[in-house]
Amino acid sequence: MKERLMSGNEAVAIGAIKAGCRFFAGYPITPSTDLAERMSKLLPEVGGAFIQMEDELGSIGAIIGASLTGSKAMTATSGPGFSLMQEGIGFASFSEIPIVVVDVQRVGPSTGIPTYPSQGDIMQARWGTHGSHPIIALYPSSVKESYDLIFTAFNFSEKYRVPVIFISDEVIGHMREKITVDDSHVVFERKKPEVPKEDYLPFDSRYEVPPLANFGEGYRFHVTGLTHDETGFPTSDPVKAERLMERLQRKILNHLDEIFLYETFLVEDADILIVSYGVVARSAKEAILELREKGLKVGLFRPITIWPSSEKVLKDLASNRRVFVFEMNLGQYVHEVERIVKKKVEFYGKENGEIISPEEIESCILKSL
Amino acid sequence: MYTEISLDNLRVKKLPHIWCAGCGNGIVLSAILRAIERSKIDKDKIVFVSGIGCAGRSSGYVNFNTLHTLHGRPLAFATGIKLANPDLQVIVATGDGDLAAIGGNHFIHAAKRNIDLSVIVFNNFVYGMTGGQLSPTTPEDSFTTTTPYGHIEEPMNISYLAIAAGATYVARETIGNPLMLEKYILNGLLHKGFSLIEAVSSCVTEFGRRNNLGDPAEYVKFLKDKSIPFSKVNSVESHDGIVVGEFVNIEKPEFVTSYYELVKKVAK
Ligand SMILES: Cc1ncc(C[n+]2csc(CCOP(=O)(O)OP(=O)(O)O)c2C)c(N)n1
Repeated sequence: MKERLMSGNEAVAIGAIKAGCRFFAGYPITPSTDLAERMSKLLPEVGGAFIQMEDELGSIGAIIGASLTGSKAMTATSGPGFSLMQEGIGFASFSEIPIVVVDVQRVGPSTGIPTYPSQGDIMQARWGTHGSHPIIALYPSSVKESYDLIFTAFNFSEKYRVPVIFISDEVIGHMREKITVDDSHVVFERKKPEVPKEDYLPFDSRYEVPPLANFGEGYRFHVTGLTHDETGFPTSDPVKAERLMERLQRKILNHLDEIFLYETFLVEDADILIVSYGVVARSAKEAILELREKGLKVGLFRPITIWPSSEKVLKDLASNRRVFVFEMNLGQYVHEVERIVKKKVEFYGKENGEIISPEEIESCILKSL
Repeated sequence: MYTEISLDNLRVKKLPHIWCAGCGNGIVLSAILRAIERSKIDKDKIVFVSGIGCAGRSSGYVNFNTLHTLHGRPLAFATGIKLANPDLQVIVATGDGDLAAIGGNHFIHAAKRNIDLSVIVFNNFVYGMTGGQLSPTTPEDSFTTTTPYGHIEEPMNISYLAIAAGATYVARETIGNPLMLEKYILNGLLHKGFSLIEAVSSCVTEFGRRNNLGDPAEYVKFLKDKSIPFSKVNSVESHDGIVVGEFVNIEKPEFVTSYYELVKKVAK
């Protein structure tokens, strides 16, 4: 086990390789570029493939293609590139192709402030595509967690045949912390079909997550972004469409016990619950310690799995507590919190390039008393 | 020489296809299937990738590993497939809009990389699937649903663009000469590098009807009569008609091969 000083982006790259990633396609964009650069160095060393594509539409297409051959595949981008990738993410969601998309958030909208952090893509990660489908989005708040969580991202993606959005931000991506690069993580391998080739149904509804054959192994199946039946061929039969849509929901939402990851900090005796995630959760912890010095009982709920959310976990934590949401946007995750807790939620947010500091959180809570 | 299409190459149960009566796409697809038969490529190793449009629907009817992607993106998906598994033979079926409008950037860059993909573009001068709008290859003065007063631009020459971008095999033929079309597709399949076969097809319903080419047989005859052999003009472009022939057939380092040679050097 080696202790090393590294950035969050570097930790994602190193973790991805250890999680089995063997294909990366990307297009440079700050603050994700150094992740691509790192992959261009690491992948050839392990016999994997790296390609700089002509744009993000190409990048997302290439990783989906690679995944269909059985390769664990990833891309990394930021705001404008993440917007361009949405159609491809929708394709991979609907045709159930495992991929990992890293979005290192920067200030938006549009070109925004490329070198400063934000949390403005929270809703885009959930609702950026057209049509209805669940998605998994994970968000670390430290370099070590970036390393650990990229394993989870690949494992969830392969296990549930779903794109996983690995959300990060300019601070988490670029700050350096000392971490242990360990080999203790369990790596999940994609389930392959065991039936005779003629009987293979790539979208078999008897499974929640049907096994996925690799292209080139003799199964000769069809993949389309059109609404399809169990064989994979297009259908416009509402009954079959319904069956597919229902299974896509179920395969994720029935497994919240495994998928929904979160951290709580000093919540046991808390009267006030702060909800924040990613880099802002770090400020929140500082603020909580300060506020406790002043005699206020404040605790933190930090979702690590941003999507899907667990209504049960949040409801329980919010009951009998005042709830504050802090995020680096003008109100995104707060809508999810309000939807779930069904009571007044206090909100503080900004997307101007500055981090929300511990002092801001502290004074916001003190002022509201 | 006439090659039979092996029924094992077709998903017979998926027929009839969605193409209109009189559509030229069947001629292109049968040329592709005959060429595949003649190439003796292992069918399990063929990945047939298509985009969105009438041409894009071809992937549903052929019995290989098939991938019906997004509008404009078949080359992006195909690039990922070929680079991730170089043992696969990747064939791309695309439309003129799919390849040269919305997918134009991927087209240029895939050709520039000289990645080993065999691309067959079904060029019918129009957006067939969406009901007959202007495409990059719509001839000047012709009528489409979005050029009701006639088209004011010169058409794009897809083969010319492929050559300029770096494709190492480029040929054009019309459905008026299916045997030559088959031959060029076969050459493309056997060529190591980026090959582009421009198959000039017909769209009676959406293009022909509005441009005095409403009769399917007349349409094919028109394409045949308009054909000018490359050997005659020695140019990919002519204002007098459609230049047909094998334009480029050269060897250059292929992207995926070069990539894995590099990997061999740096792999630990
Ligand atoms: C992103 C996107 N934009 C637009 C469309 C609508 N659309 C579907 S097919 C098509 C054009 C097809 O024309 P072409 O590629 O020439 O193929 P053809 O149908 O003529 O074979 C368009 C615009 C789409 N499916 N996706």
